[in-house]
Amino acid sequence: MNYIFRTNSHIFTEKYQKQGKDYPMSKITGAQAFIQCLQEEGVDTIFGFPGGVIIDLYDELANTSIKNLLVRHEQGAVHAADGYARASGKTGVALLTSGPGATNGVTGIATAYMDSIPLVVFTGQVPRALIGNDAFQEVDIVGITRPCTKHNYLVSDPEDLVPTIREAFYLASSGRPGPILVDLPKDVIGSLVDFPERQEIRMRTYQPNMEPHPGQIAKACQAFAQAQRPVFYVGGGVILSNASEELTELAEKTQIPVTMTLMGLGGFPGTNPLSTGMLGMHGSYASNMMVAKSDLLIAVGARFDDRITGRLDKFAPDAKVIHIDIDPTSISKNVEVDIPIVADCKQALTAMNAWFNSQQDIDMTALAEQYQPWRDQVNEWNDKHPLSYTEEGDIIKPQYVIETINRLTGGDAIISTEVGQNQMWAAQFYKFNKPRHWLSSGGLGTMGFGLPAAIGAKMAFPDATVIDIAGDGSIQMNIQELATAKQYNTPVKVAILNNNYLGMVRQWQELFYDKRYAGTVMEVTPDFVELAKAYGAAGLRAKTKSDVEPVIKEALAINDRVVIMDFAIKREECVFPMVPAGGATTEMLLV
Amino acid sequence: MKHTLSVLLQNKPGALSRVTGLFSGRGFNIESLCVAETLDPKVSCMTLVTKGNNAIIEQVTKQLHKLIDVIKVSDISDSEYVEREMVLIRVKAEAQTRAEVLRVIDIFRGKVVDVSPNSYAVEITGPESKIKAVIDLLRPIGIKEVIRTGTIAMARAPKK
Repeated sequence: MNYIFRTNSHIFTEKYQKQGKDYPMSKITGAQAFIQCLQEEGVDTIFGFPGGVIIDLYDELANTSIKNLLVRHEQGAVHAADGYARASGKTGVALLTSGPGATNGVTGIATAYMDSIPLVVFTGQVPRALIGNDAFQEVDIVGITRPCTKHNYLVSDPEDLVPTIREAFYLASSGRPGPILVDLPKDVIGSLVDFPERQEIRMRTYQPNMEPHPGQIAKACQAFAQAQRPVFYVGGGVILSNASEELTELAEKTQIPVTMTLMGLGGFPGTNPLSTGMLGMHGSYASNMMVAKSDLLIAVGARFDDRITGRLDKFAPDAKVIHIDIDPTSISKNVEVDIPIVADCKQALTAMNAWFNSQQDIDMTALAEQYQPWRDQVNEWNDKHPLSYTEEGDIIKPQYVIETINRLTGGDAIISTEVGQNQMWAAQFYKFNKPRHWLSSGGLGTMGFGLPAAIGAKMAFPDATVIDIAGDGSIQMNIQELATAKQYNTPVKVAILNNNYLGMVRQWQELFYDKRYAGTVMEVTPDFVELAKAYGAAGLRAKTKSDVEPVIKEALAINDRVVIMDFAIKREECVFPMVPAGGATTEMLLV
Repeated sequence: MKHTLSVLLQNKPGALSRVTGLFSGRGFNIESLCVAETLDPKVSCMTLVTKGNNAIIEQVTKQLHKLIDVIKVSDISDSEYVEREMVLIRVKAEAQTRAEVLRVIDIFRGKVVDVSPNSYAVEITGPESKIKAVIDLLRPIGIKEVIRTGTIAMARAPKK
């Protein structure tokens, strides 16, 4: 579509005629250039909320085929763009106004930053002449978001607009992905600008190292033969670089057991016999034991976060550590690494597979044999303490709800979560077989993430079953987005594990604060079934265990509107296993 | 241990605050920081003195390098280098101490840059140890004000 001859250009034509000049036909408005940039990047969906300084952008957007979702709160816009990006692998785009619009987006931006999600967030800004004057709805959003973006820009010259937007998209999705914020003053959007031809972006100061060093690859692969107790420790980097297939190939070839971080779930099939599920604070017994006892730890796109390592000196003390990561700052940040490989996970794993394929003298069957006693040990740990819970008659156990959702969706649904117990039970009991089906705020732990993220994922995959696993606490943090889901016909499903508590904090209070439940009792909670009706959604309730399956079946059958399932779960249920914060990962509290 | 880092970065608004924000946000320590334009007006050079063990300095260096505005980071204290700092000191200079002040700053090759009936402002340049020594000597006479630039440093050219 050609924007040069459209919309507001008549205003400029008149302005130029008054000055006795011809309208410069090669120039377009900043707003038009903005749209053309989005189209150039293949953006099909954006999430936003308008305001005084970005009316021009909305005015132009209305005439395009770009789907433009009006959310009900800016935090929802950024989370929805984030959910869209996590599910699709494309860069998510949010458009917010200046001042409070921008600050409301900050939690969403920080969430994406911690989990390395590619986003471009556009914010409106007051006209350049007013910047610094405490103008109405002015805030220094570039200053505010400096520590929680990969990079950010204030476009202070209209001629920088197009190159800046292009650079923003390039930075967001390349290297270690992350959110980029572009602040657009109102008068820049309104200026006339050139639309220069697109050229390959080369930045003097930014050249992520994608290709692994062949020497390091050989060194890493040679370490496999020396090992007796190797473990793959897989993080979100495998999902971000779309390296699941390569990882699965390498793990199956070598028959090495695999554990995943919260962010890594789906990076390796959860039902594969080599998978021990999640590790860390609420990881499985087998995962934590095998990492602790390993002699070779192959970390792939993971960053040794404190929720994974627990007490550092007790974390894999005997292991030689191989670490594949695209970000050099992740290497030896928390745990000393023996063989660092700074590269894209997909390329590094491809190189490792190729190395093993090229070595005629290495007998892969013998290598797999070599690890047999180790796999037996891991299986023994698995059998000794599998993920489990105790049945209590007709009381609904939250784990049972997740297990049933897993069974009835065949493990194929896209699952988003809020944060807390609901998130951990979902991570433990839903068996993800594919990447990009698990959308959860891992690093920042943002309550209120799940519902807008689910809407974003549903926009990317309208035919997929998308379920937000929520708690009664976190769902209320962005519940207003039910209206967005209704307006844009994104029939997601919300499963509320309702215990009238802020369950995870309550669990800590039960275990470490003598059951003093200060500030964690949700004495007043809305009737979620009635609330669903108010938002034009279907509301279903399960009060007993026997209600659970029929409710989920009914919810899965409804595809023309949002469904809220309210499960009255056992109030004081805890997430186990649990490694108390700062403790050794081998010292788990079990069921 | 003390390390002197030389950082080349884009001369853009906000670039300096990205660096200082990184230090405060990640709990790294800045002893001194000096920044100005290079021959290329689009590039600034920053000399940054920081303290920490090798692991911390490695993180500092990598984190700095990760900033999009940063072009190059080098730990120049890894090899031979020259460092200089300038200090302006206003010291009491009454009839009985005037000669003593002049003698001290003469030893340190400083000069008087401002005179008032009861004080001298003196300028002294040198490595940090020299600045410290002159301050220690002038303190008993009575220092009224001290302004320091912080360290700038340059790697020595290779000998061959």
